[in-house]
Amino acid sequence: MEITVDPDKCCGYGDCVLTAPELFDLGGDGVAVLLVEEVREDQRADVEAAAASCPVAAIVVHG
Amino acid sequence: MAERPRLRRVAIVGASLAGITAAESLRARGFRGDITMLGAERHRPYDRPPLSKHLLSGGWAADRTQLRSTEALAGLDLEWRLGQPAVWLDPVARDITLADGSTLGYDAALLCTGTTARQIPHPAQLSGVHTLRTLDDALAIRTALDRSPRVAVVGGGFIGAEVAAEARRRGLSVTMVEALPVPMSRGLGQRMGQLCADLHLRHGVDVRCGVTVRAFEGDRRLQRVLLSDGATVDADLAVVGIGSVPATDWLSGSGIELDDGVVCDPFCRTSAPGVYAAGDVARWHNGLFGVRARIEHWTNAREQAIAAVGTMLADYGAGDAPAPYSPVPYVWSDQYGSRIQVAGRPSPHADAVRVIHRDDATDATVAVYRDGDTLVGALAVNAPKLLLPYRRMIAARTRWEDALAVR
Ligand SMILES: Cc1cc2nc3c(=O)[nH]c(=O)nc-3n(C[C@H](O)[C@H](O)[C@H](O)COP(=O)(O)OP(=O)(O)OC[C@H]3O[C@@H](n4cnc5c(N)ncnc54)[C@H](O)[C@@H]3O)c2cc1C
Ligand code: SF4
Repeated sequence: MEITVDPDKCCGYGDCVLTAPELFDLGGDGVAVLLVEEVREDQRADVEAAAASCPVAAIVVHG
Repeated sequence: MAERPRLRRVAIVGASLAGITAAESLRARGFRGDITMLGAERHRPYDRPPLSKHLLSGGWAADRTQLRSTEALAGLDLEWRLGQPAVWLDPVARDITLADGSTLGYDAALLCTGTTARQIPHPAQLSGVHTLRTLDDALAIRTALDRSPRVAVVGGGFIGAEVAAEARRRGLSVTMVEALPVPMSRGLGQRMGQLCADLHLRHGVDVRCGVTVRAFEGDRRLQRVLLSDGATVDADLAVVGIGSVPATDWLSGSGIELDDGVVCDPFCRTSAPGVYAAGDVARWHNGLFGVRARIEHWTNAREQAIAAVGTMLADYGAGDAPAPYSPVPYVWSDQYGSRIQVAGRPSPHADAVRVIHRDDATDATVAVYRDGDTLVGALAVNAPKLLLPYRRMIAARTRWEDALAVR
């Protein structure tokens, strides 16, 4: 599974961080960053919840 | 009790952020009936924040501002009436009249017509004076910027600030005219307003505060701006960002209660049965802060549209009873590479603000605001991460002292 965050879309309010703090954080530039290199299959529900929480659909889960 | 009408036809007036979010939310919650999107502009829903950011800079082409792809829109199965405004709503007959005279019946209607930019009267034949609300406005300003004009920005709010920043990025000379003694001070207070003003000063903007525009002058094209203190500013392009006016003219006389916007109850219902409102145009009592206000920010347009749809479906027996809509307002702005974020309702009073973080190396600042002994707002400059906990604390009506104790 590959996760991307579109930095141009991200408005930096951190809904994803509040939803899945173990997976997302806000970088210094106010864009969400993925904290882990590899998202494990057992984290799929969390990452999908974070993607769904994003108001601008900046987080895309591939695969 | 009268039998509840069935919900078969929903009319959404205003095909922008609140409107498309509502349509998506209706479909996501299983509504299979007709949804008609009415839009005064000829464009499919597009996003406004990039207009004064990526679009003005030329980094984005116009089609990148589209809120949803063509495929995503097709999947929603909507009826579109774009390019002509609604001119009348009859809440008794439950129909809406469009500019071409056609009418559209509805069972429920959502009003999300947003706002229009407040104008400064000037001779109609004088070119070079712009406001920035629509995609067409932004494209016209970009074209004007490409001609390397001398720029006057009227109004030191977020939109004026972003235009000034872009003009400076292009190396153009910029004068900012602000009626208040300090830009943004009505919302953020003097001290934090000054922080915003310093951004402009550091980037070479000529900031004139405490003055207003008396007239725009020129021979067909703008040549100069006359100010209330008698000064003259030479300019070929003026961008006026002095606030906005709710787009409710078309509703006056309809019987729907208006008062600086469409008046709603805490569930997004207007005074007319079956008619709801959301986004920049809606004014309601936010129980979290105990104030009646509109919120003219992106996040609210989206969240309120979802809330309004929840109420609509519940009113027609197709969903659970809604909760009162009482969000923490949020807005962001990008200027000179700095990101400014405001959560909650900052108070302009001098004793209401406390700077709790300052880092010169990263030019980061976080300030919090109180109302009595409750935390009500937070401002972050270049510190998005530090804002997060305060967002939660504002929603929880955290006591001021407890909020200050968290570091
Ligand atoms: C240049 C700019 C930059 C911004 N930047 C930010 C930012 O950085 N952060 C932030 O939080 N917010 C920002 N905002 C505010 C944000 O874009 C708005 O809060 C948001 O667009 C509100 O959405 P809305 O759907 O309520 O209304 P709008 O987006 O205003 O849409 C209303 C729509 O209704 C249509 N309409 C009006 N009257 C009628 C009628 N009678 N019949 C049919 N259609 C009608 C209009 O044409 C318009 O398309 C910015 C706004 C602008 C203009
Ligand atoms: S929820 Fe979306 S917009 Fe918000 S910080 Fe996360 S990625 Fe960015």
